[in-house]
Amino acid sequence: METLFTPWHSLFGGILIGSAAVLMLWGCGQILGVSGLLSRLLPPWSSSQDIKVRVAFVAGVIALPLLAMVSGQVSSIPPVNGNPLYLGLAGLVMGYGTVRGNGCTSGHGVCGISRLSQRSIVATLVFMATAAVTVYIARHLLGWI
Amino acid sequence: MRLVISFIAGLVFSAGLVVSGMANPAKVVNFLDFSGSWDPSLAFVMIGAIAVASIGFRLVGENSKPFSAPRFDLPNRKDIDRPLISGAIFFGVGWGLSGYCPGPALVSLVLSSQAMLSLFPMMLLGMWIAKKTA
Repeated sequence: METLFTPWHSLFGGILIGSAAVLMLWGCGQILGVSGLLSRLLPPWSSSQDIKVRVAFVAGVIALPLLAMVSGQVSSIPPVNGNPLYLGLAGLVMGYGTVRGNGCTSGHGVCGISRLSQRSIVATLVFMATAAVTVYIARHLLGWI
Repeated sequence: MRLVISFIAGLVFSAGLVVSGMANPAKVVNFLDFSGSWDPSLAFVMIGAIAVASIGFRLVGENSKPFSAPRFDLPNRKDIDRPLISGAIFFGVGWGLSGYCPGPALVSLVLSSQAMLSLFPMMLLGMWIAKKTA
């Protein structure tokens, strides 16, 4: 399915994402990496970590679309394949990979690259390339999406 | 104070995901689909985010400590090890199949709640397994 090319919206959205990452580091001393912030809310917990900061961040991420939805600014977005088994399997592999590889699009892709971390640059190239190959197979060879 | 800052960072980040199109899996999949309906929009998300963060991080780095936390908590590893690569491969497969990475999955709890009924708990399960087996 075609989607509209939205360079200005995307650039502006990217600027917001970058600003949030700067705010998080400046105020809380934390890297804004969603997989890291989220997975550290799961057991086993480490006592040295600031759980409340993570909960507050996650609450903010959920609160915004909730407010936008209630005020009619956004409507719901369909998945590319609605099969629950398909989505569940994709979620399992995606979640596993982000924690095993120590980061996702935000942690490695935005923050890590901005800090010129070699690990993040390598991880981002690997997950982008893998995702592109996966889309090719799932869409053009198997017709799943 | 740090909780307020963190909450606001969450709001701004989330707004960025929604405005940029990252929260729309069809757009993500099209960004990754070079041989079909390629939509380069998300390259602009990365450009905008990295431009702001690389300048902002440099400025923040001049402070001796964060505004409302005792110290900076930064990753300092440099080695390229197997878990980094295999993790990135697993992540890429799941991201490509669904178009969701962890941030957009959080936003989608609201915007795509039906899809998140299965994807979100399974994502957390995957994260937990990776944590347990690390």
